[in-house]
Amino acid sequence: MFGYTMDEVGNIMVMQGFSGLSLFSVLLLMALGLAIIFGQMGVINMAHGEFMMVGAYTAVFMSKLAVKYEMVNSYFVFAIIAAFILAFLIGYLVEYLLIRHLYKRPLDTLLATWGLSLVMQQTFRSSFGAKEVSAELPEWLLGSFKPTADIDIPINGVFVMVLALVVTLGVYFFMFRSRGGLRVRATVQNRVMASAVGINTQKVDRLTFALGCGIAGVSGAAFTTISSTGPTTGSLYIVDSFMVVVFGGAASLMGTIASAFGIAQAQSILQFFMTSSMGKVATLMTIVIILMMRPEGLFASKVRR
Amino acid sequence: MKELSDKLLGGRQGAVGLAILALLLFVVFPLCLDLFRLGLLGKYVTYAFVAVSLVLLWGNGGILSLGQGMFFGLGGYCMAMFLKLEASDPVSTKIQTTPGIPDFMDWNQLTELPWFWLPFKSLPLTLVLVLVVPTLLAFIIGYAMFKRRVGGVYFAIITQAIALILSILIIGQQGYTGGVNGITDLKTMLGWDIRTDSAKYILYFVNAGLLIGCMLLARYILTSKFGMLLLAMRDKEERVRFSGYDVSNFKIFIFCVAAMMSGIGGAMFTLQVGFMSPSFVGIVPSIEMVIFAAVGGRMSLIGAVYGTLLVNFGRTMFSETFPELWLFLMGGLFIAVVMFFPDGLAGIYDKYARKFNIAGVTSKYVAKFSKKAAKMIGEKYE
Repeated sequence: MFGYTMDEVGNIMVMQGFSGLSLFSVLLLMALGLAIIFGQMGVINMAHGEFMMVGAYTAVFMSKLAVKYEMVNSYFVFAIIAAFILAFLIGYLVEYLLIRHLYKRPLDTLLATWGLSLVMQQTFRSSFGAKEVSAELPEWLLGSFKPTADIDIPINGVFVMVLALVVTLGVYFFMFRSRGGLRVRATVQNRVMASAVGINTQKVDRLTFALGCGIAGVSGAAFTTISSTGPTTGSLYIVDSFMVVVFGGAASLMGTIASAFGIAQAQSILQFFMTSSMGKVATLMTIVIILMMRPEGLFASKVRR
Repeated sequence: MKELSDKLLGGRQGAVGLAILALLLFVVFPLCLDLFRLGLLGKYVTYAFVAVSLVLLWGNGGILSLGQGMFFGLGGYCMAMFLKLEASDPVSTKIQTTPGIPDFMDWNQLTELPWFWLPFKSLPLTLVLVLVVPTLLAFIIGYAMFKRRVGGVYFAIITQAIALILSILIIGQQGYTGGVNGITDLKTMLGWDIRTDSAKYILYFVNAGLLIGCMLLARYILTSKFGMLLLAMRDKEERVRFSGYDVSNFKIFIFCVAAMMSGIGGAMFTLQVGFMSPSFVGIVPSIEMVIFAAVGGRMSLIGAVYGTLLVNFGRTMFSETFPELWLFLMGGLFIAVVMFFPDGLAGIYDKYARKFNIAGVTSKYVAKFSKKAAKMIGEKYE
């Protein structure tokens, strides 16, 4: 098979599968925030990548502080919390100043948030410089597992995976097992009725948007463990994460997970056998073609239109 | 005859606006700007094709395509492939391992011209393909999406993804497309050197003429019954469908027209600027062009052209003096236009200028001025 022995193919499968899994975790983390904002509220947030970068830069900044005060081994937990809080606050502000005026014009939110993303990119560039920066990683994140001689699994990938799992569970419990989530779902399903039974829908909108941004911040912080951070890094992932959300079916958490998994695995396996760009082209093409045949995505919520 | 001219020009108001624009493009700018600035302006005018196409598609049809850059790019690439083949004749490429093929193919160890380059050996065929390739792609995308009633936000995201695919494809297939550098070193068109000063003037005028032509066509479409339907579809799609019209066919048609216009713009871009690269195909240029149209006024053909020119001049000026500030300004502009002036410059003009009958007053001055200008041009070129 392609000039490899069966043993090698097996190892390649494991390693590519794993790199697919860590891509899956990154995509899932990014898409979760977007699935809340786009799937639940119908707002196209083109600045989502930049909210991710808010988290990433927070983590980098915290790591600089940690080096100064010699807390490198424990700062990362705080970095994730700080990234969430900062991105949440900025998201809250953005919703208040910008998004809430545009709910009736979804295509215009797209343009306005694109403008916002430009402003944020330039802010990063002016304050942190145009060069890519990376966080000081604690020692327990470096290195790799070696179950057999040929298989090599990096620990930071495992960490991102665990984090993705935790955040996904958190989103699940918030959306489906808490009063807050109930309010969000009620507002999405029927805004007028929700407000008639006493839900403050404007406040729900603001918190939902801010929560989505906060999760983007967490994913950005996680992102620093596997890659360096530049002002435009976020914009590289924006189309991918939109594809994940749309492909999975906009309002479905399961769909988002499944499509992030499918896209990440397809991409990393195809990228091994073709060139990296052709693998990406093939994956995206497949998604676009499937979406053309099934516009509602993989896991459509059953609603009458 | 009267009816046709009304339809093309859009009544007195439209005619005056178009006349002022034509006067600026054909007389004022060529007289006032040096050749370098005029070249820049010509480049911006090619973007205006896309802005005009977006007025049709987005402002009047309510279909936001975030992939207009790919049609612009395809038109441009078609033209660039023809010019590149002419520039790499066997004599001037005899140092290559395989003379007669473009230099980047030689660097990538290709020994034969790929099949899809073959049609670009002939100019008439190239000119046809400049129109056909973007239109055909638009037809395929449009047919697949509109027949299944994909619209609005989903259409925007999917066209954006397709633009991304195309730009990755062009960058990845370096041997066939020139990769990230694009197709450069374009010299002549049927032996006519496109880099001389006189050629630059001629190309500028052809470009401006084509833009006015596209605007007339767009105006004709908008004032026809089809234009009414387009507006109706934007506002109440279901109602139009229930009245017995096939909405998807109209959408496909307008998407194809918009793609064709963008393609013409791209081809003119290649001719004037002398290269084509994937940086005009992907997500960023596509969305920037939407902004040009939004700044000028998404409902106004003339406004969109002014919007394009202003934003681009602003960009050039600011990135010369304060490169740091430009992105802030551009981002702020997007937000401000969307939030406070959804109808763009044209909306502001309508709101304030009409009160003072500016059109009437200017048309008088325009008539006076054009006589003077005609005299001046006569003197300059004698």
